[in-house]
Amino acid sequence: MTLVRVLFYFLSFIAIVSALFAASSKNLVRSIFVFFVTLFSLAGLYVLALADFVAVTQVVIYVGGILVLILFAFMLSGKETLNVLQKQEGKFLNIKKLPAIILAVLFFIVLVNVVFKADVNNLPWVKDAISLKNEVTPTDIMIDNIGVNLMTRYLLPFEAISILLLVALVGAAHLSRKEGKA
Amino acid sequence: MITLTDFLVVSVALFCIGLYMVVSKRNAIQILIGIELILNAAILNLVAFGKYDKVNNSGQIFALFAIVLAAATTAVALAIILNVYRRYKTIDPNEINKLKD
Repeated sequence: MTLVRVLFYFLSFIAIVSALFAASSKNLVRSIFVFFVTLFSLAGLYVLALADFVAVTQVVIYVGGILVLILFAFMLSGKETLNVLQKQEGKFLNIKKLPAIILAVLFFIVLVNVVFKADVNNLPWVKDAISLKNEVTPTDIMIDNIGVNLMTRYLLPFEAISILLLVALVGAAHLSRKEGKA
Repeated sequence: MITLTDFLVVSVALFCIGLYMVVSKRNAIQILIGIELILNAAILNLVAFGKYDKVNNSGQIFALFAIVLAAATTAVALAIILNVYRRYKTIDPNEINKLKD
């Protein structure tokens, strides 16, 4: 058991447990802040998958941007939001939630079966990548390669996504304006 | 070394927790958190497979695109939630059952 493996189990344990807590918590603010922990441990998992740039982006955009947006939405939507949450009292294993739990557990069983049946470690293209030394090793620095690829090979998706982001932000600003005028 | 299967199992677990949140929660913000969990499970898969593509980096680059898309989605969804709150004074999806007029 190497240190990397120990770290992997530790981070994935934190990610799954905090996600479960976010799902079961009755306090909305607490569930938002626990989601914060999930996002951070996922960033750690990305580092272990040797994608450090994606991990940094995750911290900057998700933790810095999306979470603050969610907190804003929570604070702008008044205390009735909290009343709705207080009404649904009862334990985690509420009878009303039973269908949702059954659905999630069955999905989990099916997907885990699919993962083990697919035997992803022995996929032909993965074996090819390992034999052709096309695999990222821990000593590689991938960030400059990502930058070059982003501006050459993936230029069209990059431009498309930038236009989409512009449209989405203009749309969000339009949707959240005060009513009455125009 | 960590194998691909380990990453996939973690992402399956996150996906199922997100699915549970989307189906069972009675608050639009918590449903949004569930959607973000599902997106993160997908990004974890992209990153895990992207390890075996050193030349083109397709996995990591599309993971970046997915993160940016998630940011755009959240901005629009939160604007919609604020509008819904203004109209109905609640963000419980069960009670939102009328159109504009």
